[in-house]
Amino acid sequence: MKRLESTLPNMFIVLTLIALISAAALAGTYSVTKPILDEQARQRQIDAVTSVVPEPFDNAPTDEAITVEGFKNVEIYPARQGDVTVGTAVRSYSNDGYGGPVTIMVGFSANGEITGTAVLSHTETPGLGAKMTDRAFQDQFNGMNVVGGLAVAKDGGDVDAITAATITSRAFCDAINRAWAAVEAAPAVEPAGEQL
Amino acid sequence: MSDISLKKEFLKGFIRENPVFVLLLGMCPTLGVTSSAINGLGMGLATTAVLIGSNVVVALVKDLIPDKVRIPAFIVIIASFVTIIDLVMAAYVPALHAQLGLFIPLIVVNCIILGRAEAFASKNRVLASVVDGLGMGLGFAFALTLLGSVREILGAGAIFGAPLPFLAENPILIFIMPPGAFIALGFLIAVVNSLRERAEQAALQRAARQHEVTVKAGSGA
Repeated sequence: MKRLESTLPNMFIVLTLIALISAAALAGTYSVTKPILDEQARQRQIDAVTSVVPEPFDNAPTDEAITVEGFKNVEIYPARQGDVTVGTAVRSYSNDGYGGPVTIMVGFSANGEITGTAVLSHTETPGLGAKMTDRAFQDQFNGMNVVGGLAVAKDGGDVDAITAATITSRAFCDAINRAWAAVEAAPAVEPAGEQL
Repeated sequence: MSDISLKKEFLKGFIRENPVFVLLLGMCPTLGVTSSAINGLGMGLATTAVLIGSNVVVALVKDLIPDKVRIPAFIVIIASFVTIIDLVMAAYVPALHAQLGLFIPLIVVNCIILGRAEAFASKNRVLASVVDGLGMGLGFAFALTLLGSVREILGAGAIFGAPLPFLAENPILIFIMPPGAFIALGFLIAVVNSLRERAEQAALQRAARQHEVTVKAGSGA
């Protein structure tokens, strides 16, 4: 078969047809994958909350997200069992990472004790700052009290920094401190604890 | 088209016309994602899927596309396949998708894909184009997995995530960082080049010997 000639109407029709067919194929794929992707995003957030709040809870904390004025990109997720608040998970960040912003999830009990931490996203150096995703580094935070602020040992605090990655360790503390500041600044939520 | 040349079209992607080691195409994903063997394999297979899909469609519609608008037409076809693969991977293999991140959309601008559409699929029939896409794609996947393995073994002391003795305690960090990609790729290209040269020389000598034999046989008769 001879190739279609490059006349203006030919080119116009062919490109329009290709664009239309492509758009239809994309729309089809999108509508099939959209519900799966939404469910995954929801599940990831719930998993992150579960990993930092040790007590069992039966609400969907991420559906009750609270944002606090003055704390952009920080969200507070209250975890409740029945009517009792059993913990508070906070998605927080720090811009002081070595390779860029660090996003974490941290759980607090009513009096500011840390119940768990998880790194949601980061761009730290593999083998150095990226070790902040290791449990060996994060487990030291469990049971620490955030009231008064956290700092690495070098800055006079109690946190053992990752070897050769003090900047990353500082960013991690910064994100936790920001999370607690947001919880304290949120007027509507009581920090986790028994309510009447 | 005979079976023998189909086999040749398939095999050329592995060494003789390997997209990474010989044609030096698609350097962006090659250097960017190969920090581990599994990343290299995943990227290679995603590229293979796009390559086969775009080769088939281009080979099917090649006579309907006016010459002057063929490049935009190819790009739209390729971009559609990439977006479909991107969505499907995000839905069904989210962990791998998160690892490869930005590099999946970037398959669109991978020169291998447009290069095969322009150089092969737009001139050949569907079956040959499928074989070409499969061979080139797997050759690309092979190269990326090899590079990813070397970098993971040296830089993280593991292979496909499984730690190796001694190396796991003494990783050479630079190999999983960007400079390590250039260093490892340079050495791999050198190795492949020397292997190719040796194979070519052996073929030349064989041809020369055969020629001698025929000449002698001819003069003796």
